[in-house]
Amino acid sequence: MAQYKLIRCTINGEPVERMIDVRASLTDMLRNDFHLTSVKKGCEVGECGACNVLIDGEAFNSCIYLAAWADGKSIRTLESLTGPNGELSDIQQAFLDEAAIQCGFCTPGFLMTAVEILETKKLYTRDELRKLLSGHLCRCTGYENILNAVEKTMKRRLGVPAE
Amino acid sequence: MSIVGKSEIRVDAYDKATGRTKYYEDRMPGGALYVRIKHAEIAHGFVKSVDVSEAVRIKGVVKVLTCFDAPEIDFPTAGHPWSMDPGHQDVADRRLLNTHVRYWGDDVAVVIAEDEVAAMQGVRALKVEYDPLPFVLDAQKAMEEGAPQLHDDYPNNILKHTSVRKGDYERAIREPGLIKVEGWYDTPTVQHCHIENHGCFAYADNGRITVVSSTQIPHIVRRVVGQAIGRPWSDVQIIKPYIGGGFGNKQDALYEPLCAWCSLEVGGRPVRIDCTREETFVSNRVRHAIRFHIISWIRPDGSMAARKVDLYSNQGAYASHGHSIVAKAMGSFPQLYPCDNMECDAYTVYTNLPAAGAMRGYGMPQASFANDSNIEECAHAVHMDPVEYRNRFIMPQGYEDGFSKNVNYYDSHRECLERGKQLIGYDEKIKAFANDKGPIRRGVGCASFWYNTAVWPIALETSSNRMLLNLDGTVTMQCGETEIGQGADTAFAQMAAEAIGLKSYRDVRVVSCQDTDTTPTGLGAYASRQTYVAGFSIRQTAELLKKKIFAYAEKLTRQSVDNMDVRGGNVVRKSDGKVLISLSELAMTAQYNPQDSEHITAESTYTIKNNAYSFGCTFAEVEVDIPMCRVTVKNIVNVHDCGTLINPALAEAQVHGGMSMAIGYGMSEQLLFDQKTGRPLNNNLLDYKLSTVMDHPDLAADFIENPEPTSVFGTKALGEPPACSGAPAIRNAIYNATGVALHKLPMNPHNLYAAFSEAGLIHDSWQEG
Repeated sequence: MAQYKLIRCTINGEPVERMIDVRASLTDMLRNDFHLTSVKKGCEVGECGACNVLIDGEAFNSCIYLAAWADGKSIRTLESLTGPNGELSDIQQAFLDEAAIQCGFCTPGFLMTAVEILETKKLYTRDELRKLLSGHLCRCTGYENILNAVEKTMKRRLGVPAE
Repeated sequence: MSIVGKSEIRVDAYDKATGRTKYYEDRMPGGALYVRIKHAEIAHGFVKSVDVSEAVRIKGVVKVLTCFDAPEIDFPTAGHPWSMDPGHQDVADRRLLNTHVRYWGDDVAVVIAEDEVAAMQGVRALKVEYDPLPFVLDAQKAMEEGAPQLHDDYPNNILKHTSVRKGDYERAIREPGLIKVEGWYDTPTVQHCHIENHGCFAYADNGRITVVSSTQIPHIVRRVVGQAIGRPWSDVQIIKPYIGGGFGNKQDALYEPLCAWCSLEVGGRPVRIDCTREETFVSNRVRHAIRFHIISWIRPDGSMAARKVDLYSNQGAYASHGHSIVAKAMGSFPQLYPCDNMECDAYTVYTNLPAAGAMRGYGMPQASFANDSNIEECAHAVHMDPVEYRNRFIMPQGYEDGFSKNVNYYDSHRECLERGKQLIGYDEKIKAFANDKGPIRRGVGCASFWYNTAVWPIALETSSNRMLLNLDGTVTMQCGETEIGQGADTAFAQMAAEAIGLKSYRDVRVVSCQDTDTTPTGLGAYASRQTYVAGFSIRQTAELLKKKIFAYAEKLTRQSVDNMDVRGGNVVRKSDGKVLISLSELAMTAQYNPQDSEHITAESTYTIKNNAYSFGCTFAEVEVDIPMCRVTVKNIVNVHDCGTLINPALAEAQVHGGMSMAIGYGMSEQLLFDQKTGRPLNNNLLDYKLSTVMDHPDLAADFIENPEPTSVFGTKALGEPPACSGAPAIRNAIYNATGVALHKLPMNPHNLYAAFSEAGLIHDSWQEG
């Protein structure tokens, strides 16, 4: 039988409180209760990365993170990256410019891991970036342009000239 | 051309980068009931009974339907255009739910419930009793006398057998001095693994049935749903939103018919079927595992005297696309490396495995692996450089195929091979790696492939298009060809803007969502045909639209229609380029003229009676760690001649994706089944080894742009070709590195250990050294 619990958390900067089904995943909560449909479901067992969101700045597969655990946490989804007038952030724009988007289903998850990487303000090698992005599966792009978009944005932010 | 040929940003990129794009599940109506499917847990047998008593008592369960409730209608599922000739119609061999279950994962019953948990509990509570039958998983074993039979109408499980006979093979092989190069080449069962699983929802709408589905082929699915539930096709409406990839799996009617029926069984309430990843692997479609036996008889100069090719295609339990895939694979053999004396036989064989259907490349990744592996061995047999061998014996310029009338207008193969050779640094690397004798050895190799565009003359090729002139002078356009992630909508917008004479591709608003009630009839996305076929109807419709624009402009400007053109979004006088009226002013005036109001629109259908070759190759460089049986792909490059590029950046991205799929096919992917039970063993993304970004080197794509003469915009197939030649190129690089000719995919440590052991390469001295 369903049991409910009140949780309080911050979603994309807004404090919220909500009664949630204790069996629900964070994916379900974000999609169904908050209509944040950028959070995608590709496997629901933490294998593909499509449901990835940031929890207190760290990337998590929200499909294997219980909604109940979100109590007291700050959660960011792709919806938070776009400005109030629809402005794209630099990493979103880079995905457009580098043709890093095809079917778009893995894109939100990749973008949020990219944000996690960029917020470390560290300069990673291309191989290190590969490792950091390897929790995401994509069947359309061969990852090439996604990697380029993340690498170029990282270098731009750090003032490192692109090769 | 000023808009076609530019690397424009995708028309759907902004929404996808902001997470606003709506896929089927994002459009779910509130209160939709959950349908969960009870799948067979035996590989073959009859369902004796389904005890639903416990399931129906679960709170939230609305209805349970079993195979004994399903309509007694056999229906086909392949995403082929309907044929008016009964002899060419797809095989109808399955029902919505099956009493005769033919693979582990077959559909036996459904539970419809208020919520997902109740639906899952209901499925678990069903008690199915079976009369099990013997089963068979291997295509050749299924052909043997006494093998378990899957379908009554197909003795020895042979769905179809077709042949190619050319010259006189038996006489040709008697020529003295011939060298026999023989091999068996085995390809595995793999799955599409689009990141969005297939799913759909259905509801009754004023007595008709609507299905919103993650599909590549809305108009074809409408027909199949009508057939499966026994309703007139026009009673069915299919809506296709954005989809998270398809790669051919969604070029089949998957669960749309079952979903429609379930809705009707609960009074037309909305119901949803959301495949899990595990279901997508097993109960959708897979790529055919094809086994090849090739005997090439070559002369000491390398020329091909005679060739025999047998192909055994594992169809799995249901026909789906059936024989058309191995038939296409077989058809490539006489063309790619032409030979005067050939005997080819292709068999499509039912087995107790998941049904195989269309998958990117449609038989060609398999054929390319077998053919270009054998060709590599032919080159070795006569001590010729493998690229040189291909250059001598691959399809020449001017070659014309008698059946399809395809012509190799340019020397595409050799141009691609030459470019690939340069890009990978072939000659230098061959030299540099020649002396690798230790446990780590490097190698370089290549493979070519054969492909074509669209399905004419085998099946109907039609494209319909509608254009509406908007009040701001932009154009709204509807196409039957679908966006499935490949970037079709952007290519269509570029072609339409070019054909009409608009300022920018952004002035064309492509209605991406197809709705069979309102979208002009088209066949969807498959066969790498969208850009090619849509080009014909886009140009034709643009001409019609311009005619209407000119007719109205003549009334307003008193200038002759014969001296008008549309340039940069304005109607201009052709002779001096003077702007007569902007399209926006024209559209506003036409719409709101109290004396003579007109909404300027155009619509047309084009029947395409052509096809086009689309060729290319892959070069790969590998490092082989022999004791570890591990191969690392260090460099890989694809070169394609797909005609004029409509959008070079998107074309390149498309090639990257295909190369990635080819690397997975070559190195790691295979769907495994327990040989004792037929149960799938790795139907999830943890155990099925899809390439991650760590499993690739950087991917390089390049193009030879020979404009295709039969195409409106000079373009031809690119969707599938990049997935074809990667695996054999890697295989040939391993051959070059180690001298071991591999005959089985994937080339993972498990298979490499067997091959290296047999070649005597696995020994203790590696450790000592």
